[in-house]
Amino acid sequence: MATVTATKAASEDKELLISGSEAVAESLTLADIDVVTAYPIRPYDTVMQAIAKKIANGQLIAEYIVAEGEHSQFEIVKHASTVGARVFCGSSGVGWMYAMECLVVTPPLRVPMVCLVGNRALDDPGAFGVEHNDALVVRDLGWLLCWIDTSQEALDTTLIAYRVAEDRRIFLPLAISADGAFLTHSQAITMVPPKEKVDRYLPRYDRGDLLLHPDNPITVAPQANEDWVIEIRRQNDEAMKRAVGVIEEAYADFRRVFGRGPENPWFEEYMADDAEIILVGMGTISLPIKVAIREMRAKGKKVGLIRLRWFRPFPFERLAKALSGAQAIGVIDRDYSFGSPFHSGVVANEIRASLYNADKRPPLLSFICGLGGREVTLEDVNKAVDMCYAAAKSGKSDAKTHWLGVRE
Amino acid sequence: MAETTFGNATQVLEPFRGIKKVTLEEYFTSGHRTCQGCESALVMKLMVKAAGPRTIVLGSTGCMYVANTTYYTTPWVVPWMHTQLGSSGSAALGTAAGLKALMRKGKMKAEPINVIAFCGDGGGADMGLGAISATLTHKEYNSLILLYDNESYANTDIQLSGLTPYGAHTTFSPPGKVHRLIHKRWKKNVAGLMAAGHPECRYVATVCASYAVEMMNKVRRALTIGGPTFIHSLDPCPKGWDYDPMLSHELGELAIETGIFPLYEVEDGVVKYYGKTKAIVEGRPRKPVREYLLKQGRFAHFTEEDLAYFQEKVDQQWDQWEIPGVVPFRKLDAAQAALNVK
Repeated sequence: MATVTATKAASEDKELLISGSEAVAESLTLADIDVVTAYPIRPYDTVMQAIAKKIANGQLIAEYIVAEGEHSQFEIVKHASTVGARVFCGSSGVGWMYAMECLVVTPPLRVPMVCLVGNRALDDPGAFGVEHNDALVVRDLGWLLCWIDTSQEALDTTLIAYRVAEDRRIFLPLAISADGAFLTHSQAITMVPPKEKVDRYLPRYDRGDLLLHPDNPITVAPQANEDWVIEIRRQNDEAMKRAVGVIEEAYADFRRVFGRGPENPWFEEYMADDAEIILVGMGTISLPIKVAIREMRAKGKKVGLIRLRWFRPFPFERLAKALSGAQAIGVIDRDYSFGSPFHSGVVANEIRASLYNADKRPPLLSFICGLGGREVTLEDVNKAVDMCYAAAKSGKSDAKTHWLGVRE
Repeated sequence: MAETTFGNATQVLEPFRGIKKVTLEEYFTSGHRTCQGCESALVMKLMVKAAGPRTIVLGSTGCMYVANTTYYTTPWVVPWMHTQLGSSGSAALGTAAGLKALMRKGKMKAEPINVIAFCGDGGGADMGLGAISATLTHKEYNSLILLYDNESYANTDIQLSGLTPYGAHTTFSPPGKVHRLIHKRWKKNVAGLMAAGHPECRYVATVCASYAVEMMNKVRRALTIGGPTFIHSLDPCPKGWDYDPMLSHELGELAIETGIFPLYEVEDGVVKYYGKTKAIVEGRPRKPVREYLLKQGRFAHFTEEDLAYFQEKVDQQWDQWEIPGVVPFRKLDAAQAALNVK
């Protein structure tokens, strides 16, 4: 029965050959955003180019503002959101850093802006390619963070993002990360749902009691000092905790309305059920890993992948459960965290921490690979898996971080 | 409401014809903790009194944020929101754009709502200059950016800004045994900069709260002309300028009478002087700058040489500028004279 519904639902969709950025723009049109601000930086700017075309062609009616820098870009939508507008923004690499002050203030202001981060290496040296350090810089601040892998996921996640961020129980900003070039610029067949279905899924943004309007003359963000700041931080913390349930609700409803989407919102499990070795990564790194896994499976090696979708809130309990059965875990970070424990990447240390309370803690190996957009090769993946098997045999983590594919 | 028919409708706010005609309602009331003699607090009060109740005010970081809005109290009767130090321009633009989007798409009842963003001299003329400049080019959004200029970062302990006068003693420019003057930059001509640099900004004015009714009427003009507008207000500050709080009003007058701060408005590209500045342009002698400077502790270290330099620079602004007090390009005849010397 469920299958029949899903097929019927899918048949109302139209198929488009579009990139990840264009898929986000399709969703923004369906979500009828009100204010959008642009500023050029590769690779995220492709989404703004797509939006500009939609506005020029009358497919989307919104205030479209080209700002004079990312700081203003994010401030403009922040303020538009406080008067009740549904907003969109985005950036990449150092552009995201230029907006940093404005990224910091949105969670405590409870502004549900949705952004696209086209992940890009930070300067210097200049590089267009992907690294996850840009989006990760806000990981402690109350931003909801997720990573996507395909154009379809880009489209679906954008709709889910508004549903989650604008939920009154949450009201937090949300950044969708898409690997620069590999996803922002790569086209794939994508199912675009009809507007009626989106309207059924996504309610209007209601700022409610926080609306800044002469009919609701409130004072927003006064100077609080030590009297109240810790309570305000605690409210942010509660909102982030509530996001767990709201995200699960949003995915369940998405499947009901659109007839597609994952049952587990938090991470994709690829041949992980019976895996001896589980690799973990985020974003488009899944592609070379999946190819390598298929080859290894053919040779009898039981390897699987967990591709993390949500980084904040971090699904630590579910991950611990999914990972603790493996003989060894290999985390491949497309980011760095210099001077951190074991000199690992960010994801590896989050997973180490997640496993701390688990009854069974398999050896965990940490890898850094593909920085600056360098290709992650099958050889890199095979090497990581071999090392994981060695650790599985010895039963010990090697307390090191291995950089793959680096010229020494 | 159809997209094509939604224009720049503004409220109708007639000028107050004399002090007795000013409305009684206050929208900036008790609940703040500004200093005794604070002119900027008066500017806030007059600004929003002129604007009326259908107004949203955005305040960038500065003393008019910190001293006015301490959590659990607020003097603002109208909706008010903090914005970042350099964000008054973006706050005005974002708020106006949000309202416009919702109204033209029928998601909010259509009505003209005043949007005012204020900034201090540091937030406006230093950090926020770029954002204000961008906002003044977006003619489809109605907003007013009001820069209250107390000539220092007054909230953080009186540090010099791009609008601190030459030679002034601030905590970042203390007079010392070797260097009497640390701050040797001349004050930015910020209103002239905004007027000259943004040809589609229909209204730029300078004001001083010592002339309260005129000040409020400039605010009303800025809110009713349509599009983005800019007002620069000079606000004597007892704490930062180091004088007896009872002299705030008098110092405001002296700033005008000495010709240090000219009062003018630029409407659709036409410069119009007003008040005592108009008299100066028409030939009334300016008071010597020392009458103004020596009433303030921040200039107590000035020598005769410093006073003479300051006077000379102010004289230049009236004698040599193409548009006196507004545009610092040298007059054509002066330029010609320079050529003749060669």
